[in-house]
Amino acid sequence: MSSPFAKLPAWVDYGLMPVTNVFVGFLIAGLVVLFIGESPLNAVAILIDGAFGSVNNIFYTLFYATSFIFTGLAVAVAFHAGLFNIGGEGQAYVGGLGVALVALALDRYVPWYVTAPLAIAAAALFGAAWAYIPAWLQAKRGSHIVITTIMFNFIAASFMVYTMNKYLKPAGAMGPSSRPLESGSFIPRLGQVLDYFGIKSGSAPANLTFFVALLAAWLVWKLIWRTKFGYEMRTFGLNPSAASYAGISGTRVTILTMLISGGLAGLMAVNTILGSVHKIELDFVAGAGFVGIAVALMGRSHPVGVVLAALLFGALYQGGAELSFAVPAISRDMILVIQALVILFAGALENLFRPFFAQLFTPKAATAGA
Amino acid sequence: MDTTILFSVLDSTIRLTVPILLCCLGGLYSERSGVFDIGIEGKMLFSAFSAGAIAAATGSAWLGLGAAILTGITFSLLHGYASITQRGNQIVSGVAINFLAAGLTALLGKAWYQQGGKTPQLEPSARFQPINLPGAEAVKDVPLLGRIYEGLISGHNVLVYIALLAVPLTWWIIYRTRFGLRLRAVGENPAAVDTAGISVTRLRYSGVIICGIFAGIAGTYLAIAQSANFAPNMSAGRGFIALAALIFAKWNPIGALGACLLFGFLEAVAIPLQGAKIPGLNWDVPVQLITASPYILTVILLAGFIGKAIPPKAGGVAYVKER
Amino acid sequence: MNTAAAPAIELIGIDKRFGAVHANKNINMLVPKGTIHGIIGENGAGKSTLMSILYGFYSADTGEIHVNGKPVTIRSSQDAISTGIGMVHQHFMLVENFTVLENIVLGAEGGALLQGGEDKARVALKKLADDYELEVDPDMLIEDLPVGLQQRVEILKALTRGAETLILDEPTGVLTPAEADHLFRILRQLKDQGKTILLITHKLREIMAVTDNVSVMRRGEMVATLKTANTDPEELAELMVGRRVLLEVDKGAAKPGEVRLRVEGLTVKDEWGVARVDNVSFNVRDGEIVGIAGVSGNGQSELLAALAGIHKAVAGKIMLSGETIDPVHEADPAKMRERGLAHVPEDRHHMGLVLPFEENENAILGYHRSTQYGEGFDLDPDKVRADAVVKIKKFDIRPDNPRLKTANFSGGNQQKIVLAREMERDPKMLLVGQPTRGVDIGAIEFIHKQLIAMRDQGKAILLVSVELDEIRSLADRVLVMFAGRIVGEVSPETDEGEIGLLMAGINRKEAAE
Repeated sequence: MSSPFAKLPAWVDYGLMPVTNVFVGFLIAGLVVLFIGESPLNAVAILIDGAFGSVNNIFYTLFYATSFIFTGLAVAVAFHAGLFNIGGEGQAYVGGLGVALVALALDRYVPWYVTAPLAIAAAALFGAAWAYIPAWLQAKRGSHIVITTIMFNFIAASFMVYTMNKYLKPAGAMGPSSRPLESGSFIPRLGQVLDYFGIKSGSAPANLTFFVALLAAWLVWKLIWRTKFGYEMRTFGLNPSAASYAGISGTRVTILTMLISGGLAGLMAVNTILGSVHKIELDFVAGAGFVGIAVALMGRSHPVGVVLAALLFGALYQGGAELSFAVPAISRDMILVIQALVILFAGALENLFRPFFAQLFTPKAATAGA
Repeated sequence: MDTTILFSVLDSTIRLTVPILLCCLGGLYSERSGVFDIGIEGKMLFSAFSAGAIAAATGSAWLGLGAAILTGITFSLLHGYASITQRGNQIVSGVAINFLAAGLTALLGKAWYQQGGKTPQLEPSARFQPINLPGAEAVKDVPLLGRIYEGLISGHNVLVYIALLAVPLTWWIIYRTRFGLRLRAVGENPAAVDTAGISVTRLRYSGVIICGIFAGIAGTYLAIAQSANFAPNMSAGRGFIALAALIFAKWNPIGALGACLLFGFLEAVAIPLQGAKIPGLNWDVPVQLITASPYILTVILLAGFIGKAIPPKAGGVAYVKER
Repeated sequence: MNTAAAPAIELIGIDKRFGAVHANKNINMLVPKGTIHGIIGENGAGKSTLMSILYGFYSADTGEIHVNGKPVTIRSSQDAISTGIGMVHQHFMLVENFTVLENIVLGAEGGALLQGGEDKARVALKKLADDYELEVDPDMLIEDLPVGLQQRVEILKALTRGAETLILDEPTGVLTPAEADHLFRILRQLKDQGKTILLITHKLREIMAVTDNVSVMRRGEMVATLKTANTDPEELAELMVGRRVLLEVDKGAAKPGEVRLRVEGLTVKDEWGVARVDNVSFNVRDGEIVGIAGVSGNGQSELLAALAGIHKAVAGKIMLSGETIDPVHEADPAKMRERGLAHVPEDRHHMGLVLPFEENENAILGYHRSTQYGEGFDLDPDKVRADAVVKIKKFDIRPDNPRLKTANFSGGNQQKIVLAREMERDPKMLLVGQPTRGVDIGAIEFIHKQLIAMRDQGKAILLVSVELDEIRSLADRVLVMFAGRIVGEVSPETDEGEIGLLMAGINRKEAAE
């Protein structure tokens, strides 16, 4: 009986294996494409061109990636403290309410650089607030945070429909959404920055929030590996009894971590609302919170990994949109399939190929006895 | 409220309870065996797609049901492989299955039928039709009891009766049979089961597969009993409501019926109340509050403010023989 | 005559590896029918692995098992059970929220429906109760039974399945000496009825008291099988360790100073409101080791946790270095550390270490907020690693790599990581729980020496151990704990039997009345 968790060289464990897992996920996605009678290679070509074929396309990719960096970091931060926050979707949704309230109040009176920082703060605050209740319930009452955050996604959906219908909807409007925002809340697009230098780059919604996302990734790295609180998070995440022995309060770690996690998820709304759609509308999060799960798993909860995985998913979203135009049989739902396969292979089946790699890479001595 | 509305609400309560109940009972087998399954939503959705597609292709509701059950089992085996054999994270596996189902059904539906993801509209013969129980017509005019028999008990499709009968059956299996004893044991202390010479793996796979069968029936109900075709995302979170109900029921089959009826009722009353005013006041009935109430109630329960829900002790943890 | 002479169990050339660990090396063993056969060896010697192979929990890489002279293939516990082998595991294999009866029939239901099997089991239990004094209420929930009775259920489980050979893995770890004696009486009765018993233990006393033959294991090898009557504890200890062992620890007389720790009326309750520590008062002086003896589970863990600030007490007072601390409202491990109280926890895997961490990260656990490792919120890895290097050198921790994952160190070296962390900050008071559990003999000697040296520097030490030998050889005063109370204070020279009685909650003076 060979142990399924044999030790492997670090580069295999942290490099080759995750890459193989993701690759297999994509391979299966390719089979799905074959199954519906299209050419996977052709699809990949269109997808890559769609994601990176022009500055405009790249900026679309970056726009999506920005949202996914936030939601991916949200999941990753919680993972380090041993918490599985499935509630990023709801936290981002409620974070949007914070953004909308600030923007609706200010957009007619002040320039964007006054609105944006306040909106960012509000997004983080509202997202954190929505994460607070499940966090408190987990810390104080032992209610399983996976279940409560799922429940809070649904509660957020109802709450937001109610709030938008009741308070934000302009008179006479049909659907639940706010009035269109005005320029005092528009975060400049990256394209506008390039325009300034005389480079034509189209109208893609990638905006300065992208840099906020990168900053957030750096801060998360610093938090986890260079601060005492990060040490406490990791201790608690890996061994809660050792944490209590060391005088680390599980309540404090759980609540603070979830506040940070919810806040990060909430920031996703800034990118979408102030950078692109310029109003708050029904279901604007559109699954980005859930993409965060795939991004965090694929990025192995490391901020660098999260950024890379977010870029990959950004490319999938953008390239996938182009692909569904070019090949109608491959609808955008394909992205969801890929997302699922990545979660499956990078997450639940992460050790699938371990025995195989163990055979390849473990020293001969261990196999001599058989 | 006049009795016609009452009866119509109660009737739709039953109809809305059935898919939740089926998933809830399925989840019960899985979670009692120690495997959490938040992918039940996805299994139900994919089963609904299979039922719709096969019923449309063959014109047979029963073949649709068979296909749906096979689909449920297939996804269960995937979940089982990830969480039992590979000892992967059960939550992560469930999340993956939900997205896989949501994505694949829409993708395949759109690619095959070009109707925005819907499967073709079914002829009545390819669906499960209401069954009039014997004597329903005759007792229709008997006050109350006759009306209950004719209006509530009779006149449902066969899957409704299957779901309701599955409640006492599940109770009997769980508490009165060898399989039930072992299933309960493996969810509490798999090492005890292993040392008693029983295969933990086989038991857990059984629990997970039974869960798939129930999810398959639930999906069939959505696509070809309650509706006349599959539509993308038609499960609409019912799998999660079922999990909430399971917690509410404290993993007990009889409790499951109660919790699902409550949640079904809340869903049933939300529909006619859409846009209604609270009598006497000029306030809109907060329908969203009613829609969200199963989730809110579950959170309150989980918080331990109304009793305590203790899940199977070994739930969510892969079994590893100790060295 | 020939068939009667066939051994109950014969193991031939059993070999088993777990990855790089060679747990059993070519083991041969013969167990005559109707005997009590002891298997003794240190932690990690391979006893449990061997028995797990016999019970079908693992399969051997090579080797044969013969039962009653015939070769058998045991691939699963089911196979073992059907060849008449039963096992009582060290950690009971019981479903806690099931009744006794449900646990008894689990795996031996006798049909698809429960009713018939349960009725038969009831009858069988009644008969076993009459035959062997093994009484237990079949309708009680396991979680409501005391540990001794839970073990009885395990034995009954094996017997109702028709076990002819019964394996008991460290059965007395959770029992009082009196309960252990009762168990041995039952074992002798079983032997008289022709059953064969395999008793795994690391306690020499038990081997001498109850076995007919004894096999000694060391580092995966079977080094000897002897008639118990022809050997003595010293010989067995030497065989276990592979060299002469000083069972005594070399130490001078204590020079107790001022009272460092005073505990008054400390009471700790568990989550169900049961008092686990019940109105306990004692003190520890500088320059002495106070040992707390007791059977595992009598409140020692809770006492340590309350003193260290990990668990809240419900009543009482703690005075450390003259400062009064309210353990009810001020429980905080970080504060206790600041006051100079260091704590080597009983269970290093569950408490003392974060196994996936690098060694250097564990070397600061609990002290990580110190400005030594970074100002304000910052944690500077260079400073952490530099500190680890110093401790590794001083405590001879091997391998001497602070970046290695802690899980990859041996048990003894892991314990040294904990000790280095707790002892190197010049604490005023040290709490030590089970300092040598799962530690090899070499490291035990090192750890014992360190504790004595610390005492001789004038530090106050409170030592909790379930190894009475350890307590008697290290402590200067011994407090005996039973059912959450301190039931007596004795000198370490006190007769083992007398301490044993106290550990069972029997006070001789009271008993005399």
